Amino acid sequence: MKKTRGEKILTFLFILPSVILIAVFVYGFIGWTGWISLTKWKDVVPDFTFVGFKNYIDLFHNLRFQIGLKNILVFTVLFLVVSIAIGLLLAILLDRKVRFENVFRSIYLFPMAISFIVTGVVWRWMLNPGTATTGSLGINMLLDKIGLGFLKSGWYTDPNVGIKAVVIPAVWQMSGYVMAMYLAGIRGIPQELSEAAQVDGASNWQVYRYIILPLLQPITLGAVIILTHISLKIFDLVVAMTGAGVGFSCDVPALFMYDTTFRGNFFAQGAAIATILLIFVAILIIPYLRHGLREGS
Amino acid sequence: MKRSKGLSLLLSVLLVLALGTLAFSQEKGTIEIFSWWTAGGEAEGLQALFDIYNRLYPDIEIINATVAGGAGAHAKAVLKTRMLGGDPPDTFQVHAGKELIDTWVKTGFMEPLTDLFQSEGWVDVMPQGILDIVSYEGDYWSVPVNIHRANVLWYNKQIFADNGLNPPQTFDEFFEIADKLQEQGIIPLTMGTKDGWEAAHVFETVLIAKLGAEGYSGLWTGETKWSDPGVTEALETFKKMVTYVNPDHAAFTWDEAYEYIIDGKGAMGIMGDWVAGYFFSKEYTDFGWVPVPETAGIFDALSDSFGLPKGCKNRDNVINFLKVLGSKEGQEAFNLKKGSIPARTDVDRDLFGDYQKSVMEDWEKDVIVPSVMHGAAAAEGWVTEFKDVISLFVARPDIEVTQKALVQVAERAGVAQ
Repeated sequence: MKKTRGEKILTFLFILPSVILIAVFVYGFIGWTGWISLTKWKDVVPDFTFVGFKNYIDLFHNLRFQIGLKNILVFTVLFLVVSIAIGLLLAILLDRKVRFENVFRSIYLFPMAISFIVTGVVWRWMLNPGTATTGSLGINMLLDKIGLGFLKSGWYTDPNVGIKAVVIPAVWQMSGYVMAMYLAGIRGIPQELSEAAQVDGASNWQVYRYIILPLLQPITLGAVIILTHISLKIFDLVVAMTGAGVGFSCDVPALFMYDTTFRGNFFAQGAAIATILLIFVAILIIPYLRHGLREGS
Repeated sequence: MKRSKGLSLLLSVLLVLALGTLAFSQEKGTIEIFSWWTAGGEAEGLQALFDIYNRLYPDIEIINATVAGGAGAHAKAVLKTRMLGGDPPDTFQVHAGKELIDTWVKTGFMEPLTDLFQSEGWVDVMPQGILDIVSYEGDYWSVPVNIHRANVLWYNKQIFADNGLNPPQTFDEFFEIADKLQEQGIIPLTMGTKDGWEAAHVFETVLIAKLGAEGYSGLWTGETKWSDPGVTEALETFKKMVTYVNPDHAAFTWDEAYEYIIDGKGAMGIMGDWVAGYFFSKEYTDFGWVPVPETAGIFDALSDSFGLPKGCKNRDNVINFLKVLGSKEGQEAFNLKKGSIPARTDVDRDLFGDYQKSVMEDWEKDVIVPSVMHGAAAAEGWVTEFKDVISLFVARPDIEVTQKALVQVAERAGVAQ
């Protein structure tokens, strides 16, 4: 059915308010932040003198920012790999028609419903290594009790571990979500395919390796995108759990952005960090969106 | 039928809105007081002020707007968004000195309080040192409620007595004592660095020790260069001190680390005199105090104050609150709980404990220098970057790199090197 001219105008009028709101409050402010990052605003009173890319150049010379970038890279890679591995494993196990599947599914999915702040506080206590005064605490105490004392670590208080300790709660929280995605994906694959393979004499392993996994590729891509953008933006978990850590071993760019903007009043520098983070996320998301749009049309 | 339903819904919404505004306008009046005092002695001190205010102005409702977080880290972020967004609290806590002047006064967010200072007679009862750090261009801009000393070395008396030690006067003595204690399996210097500012606080006092009062104050005005050999010496000393610190310092805030001293596992700590309030709240009294080595006769000071932001909604109520804050009664009530000393010099000293009495004496005769980590000496941007450099130094003690970074940070803050 072809739309009449009147209908077209009506449709346009209906989406107009949201278009305006998004244009102003999303893209408008992104543009505003980008503009501020090119000024020398470093006081509570704005100063819009144009300085070009000076803030960006200064940032890449800033040791704290360099450490933060390295940390976010380590964090993202570990978080992605481990979450996807655990998520996939859980999904495959649940797909084996276990009893009480619903119960297990809910248990694995529940952590996702909790705010990162809560997760951060709880894991700060659990990963508190304890001291000479208190003896081992939390996870370290558990390791002691089950005879794995050699695995004890200073966790986030040890500059050599630092941000890697933050990966643990992040994985704990998000791998259930990855599992749900994969489970839906596996259930969406027609049974006939694996049955046909089994008739041809394929082992279970071969069915997963050559049929299920390749067909799950779009899911993996989706999981990578979602997890990476969560990871690049990570802030609340780090604030609640560790802060910047010894010698910034737990620091991330988002935390630096908050610090420099609201403690140091370096609004332009904060805006530059925000812009860099946006660019990172965009590099990742835009190809995905284009891919998705092309498939949709 | 349908239409009338819609109409009645609309009418009831309007009614609710009207009632809301009515109720709002009928309120006798409020005052919103913004601070980061949520812990132990400080919250009680604030409450003591509220009690006095309530007694004098029973009709006014106090809105206690606190944002928790050590040294006001999170409170300041909330405050900034509110001030810049044109929704200032009626009055807010701010460190007297550069934090007040550079962040809020020079930028035109505050109203001067000179008339109030004169009519209440505060100019006569507050010492010049404190009046200086709340003034700018001949006006007074905030009412100081207390004074804290930052350069104090706290020690466990029992440990010192058991080992036949005397508190150190110089850093040579300090390291000698530290070696002896380490042999005994006692942590010589306790520190908690979780919040990021504690190490820089200790370093600030070492700077004072190595540069003297004048040299240290000059660092923040440009009279002393950051490339000065005194700064190198301070970094060397601090580097050595860090080797005597409890290795798990990153897991603790400053107060959690002082558990070591209370438990007799740690011997000494360098921190401001909020430690006294903390020890009292833990019912621990067997502690001793001396100025940080080589800083005797120098008082590293900071002060909390409250001001009057332009465009606040309840101006008269704020003026009345500031009057309570500056009054003898208010200062006594607050500081008894907080562990600091009053900004006024005419208070009844017998009300206060031994520690506070000794600080009051020092306050009168010592040379006063402004604390940097607590907002008195330098603008917030400089403090933040200074803190970051020292934070890194604790993990990567490279003296040359750090001193260069300190020079750069000073240049960025607009102080020529």
